[in-house]
Amino acid sequence: MWVSVTKRAFIPLAAAAMATVLAGCGSQIADPASAGSTASSGTTCVNTSGSSIKVGFINSLSGTMAISESTVFDSLTLAAEEINASGGVLGKQLSVISEDGASEPTKFAERAGKLIQQDCTAAVFGGWTSSSRKAMLPVFEANDALLFYPVQYEGLESSKNIFYTGATTNQQIIPALDYLAEQGTKSLFLVGSDYVFPRTANKIIQAYAAAKGIEIRGEEYAPLGSTEFSTIVNKVRDSKADAVFNTLNGDSNVAFFRQYKSVGLTADTMPVVSVSIAEEEVPGVGLDNVHGQLTAWDYYQTLDTPANKKFVAAFKAKFGAERVTSDPMEAAYTSLYLWKAMVEKAGSFEVDKVQAAAGGVTFEAPEGLVTVNGENNHITKTPRIGKINADGLIDTVWSSPAAVKPDPFLATYDWAKDLAK
Amino acid sequence: MELLIGQMFAGLSLGSVLLLAALGLSLTFGQMGVINMAHGEFMMAGAYTAFVVQQTISDAGVSLLVSIPAGFLVGGVLGLVLEAVLLRRMYHRPLDTLLVTFGVALILQQAARDIFGAPSVDVRAPGWLQGNIELLGAPIPLTRLFILGLSLLCLAGLVLLLKATPLGRRIRAVVLNRDLAETSGVSTRRSDQLTFFIGSGLAGIAGVAVTLIGSTSPYLGTNYIVDAFLVVVAGGIGQIKGAVIAAFALGVLQSVFEYSTTASIGKVLILIVIVMFLQLRPQGIFSLKTRSLA
Repeated sequence: MWVSVTKRAFIPLAAAAMATVLAGCGSQIADPASAGSTASSGTTCVNTSGSSIKVGFINSLSGTMAISESTVFDSLTLAAEEINASGGVLGKQLSVISEDGASEPTKFAERAGKLIQQDCTAAVFGGWTSSSRKAMLPVFEANDALLFYPVQYEGLESSKNIFYTGATTNQQIIPALDYLAEQGTKSLFLVGSDYVFPRTANKIIQAYAAAKGIEIRGEEYAPLGSTEFSTIVNKVRDSKADAVFNTLNGDSNVAFFRQYKSVGLTADTMPVVSVSIAEEEVPGVGLDNVHGQLTAWDYYQTLDTPANKKFVAAFKAKFGAERVTSDPMEAAYTSLYLWKAMVEKAGSFEVDKVQAAAGGVTFEAPEGLVTVNGENNHITKTPRIGKINADGLIDTVWSSPAAVKPDPFLATYDWAKDLAK
Repeated sequence: MELLIGQMFAGLSLGSVLLLAALGLSLTFGQMGVINMAHGEFMMAGAYTAFVVQQTISDAGVSLLVSIPAGFLVGGVLGLVLEAVLLRRMYHRPLDTLLVTFGVALILQQAARDIFGAPSVDVRAPGWLQGNIELLGAPIPLTRLFILGLSLLCLAGLVLLLKATPLGRRIRAVVLNRDLAETSGVSTRRSDQLTFFIGSGLAGIAGVAVTLIGSTSPYLGTNYIVDAFLVVVAGGIGQIKGAVIAAFALGVLQSVFEYSTTASIGKVLILIVIVMFLQLRPQGIFSLKTRSLA
């Protein structure tokens, strides 16, 4: 969801990329490798005859998103190795083909097409920004292939070809608001970067606030990458709101929190709840600047579950003791295991059988037990509010009493009726 | 009242950042006519200099004070190299300098990514710059005050250099009439080199200063280059005093617009104001009267 800037009209380009992909598909069907394929659409060429099965990872390993997406790639790699070490999926070892999305939605669409058509992978894992997901969606739908998307996002989407293992809005933003309301918050100030996720999130927050009697004292958007926050912070300070809801993205957080601290605002006087600062981002923003501030996620490295202890230990053993684990990394790790469970339940790698088997599949994830919702292909998650501690890790200060069912269109919330339209 | 003072200061502070970024540019672009798109990357180099110095000297206060001259040197030397290797071959071809320096900017960005990694790095502010002082109830952040002071100091230094030293006299002579200066025995080569060294060095200092505001990333320069050109063009090409007035006027106007509307609309309004201003006065606030025949 982060840098989902539509810098150019990528839709025509994506369509062009698709055309190329479809043109290439003709030769693939004739390929002898596709003889083993029995999927209904007839376009798949997944080879299930050998002792290994191909899966695709698609992450930005270069460009502006590489900092975030390479961590997801690492945790996917870890999950694949663990699965292979424990006997693979349906007895077949995973053979990973990795593609670089290069922080460009068009590249994501093109590379996803390659992973499906040329590499004949059984499923693809990755993507981060909403624009990369939206660029890949038509490719996966046209080829009837599977994408597992591991990042929290703005909701209002559902596709039978995409499994969303990150939080949708009712598993991150709404619980954060519930928490604030529970703490007696009567007024909020909204600060975000100027693009799709913050604007959608703030629309939801406005609707929630109107229904629950919370006053929104201000709503400000900074241009992406902006480092000038004097005026915005002056407005925040002047608003005397009880708390700030922060949907700023990436480097703007540094400038915002520095300015925030330098005019004397603190976590005690006016706490800031952030939805895009995880363990991975804290050092970049500067621990001094965010110590004591709040975050809203479903997973923190400090969670005390056996699955998480195993995950963190395995991750550090493989990538170094100084590395941290974050929510999107955990969701990516979980996504590979969920696919394994779906395939094993279906007894097949075929897309339609996996889709049919998906509903109700569970996995004991580091964040707790997650269940796939067969209706919208999202998963149940346990929302948690965290507080950034002195080590730069995040302690859970509140967690939802039970796992929350995914509701990407907010259909079960009365106050959100007008939003989905 | 408290808010008014806070906002006035926000405007002055933004103006001082713009001035720091634009001061060197008004020298290289204004005085020499070189469109240096890599100016922002010289700032980025200055910012990473502050980072490297802080890795070596862990005391944030000492490292900041060391970083300022070090950033000046790094920026200046980069400028010297650029001038000696590429730009000297293309004076009087401003469009070519634009393309060439844009390429250099991309090379420098990639170099920074390769050396320091794509994630941004954090340069800590020294303890004595944390917090704020109260002015009639309005909190004035110390870092912003420091940057304001630094930009005024750089301005004073530059004006003194141009007006009161033999070197400055030679630089001004070359700007006014290159051929006449040359026939009068002024080494225009040396003067060009020095001007570029100083202009680029000022970019380095600006880079050190902005590490106090935000994060230091390979893309840092791209945030400032457009604003810096706006200041120089609006101020009048080749006019230091024009750049000063333009920087503070833009800073104050932007914070007023931003306060009365929103951050994104404020930015739009400021650009509209600049476009309208340049329609009415294409030469900027002040225009340079040269004795050049060209």
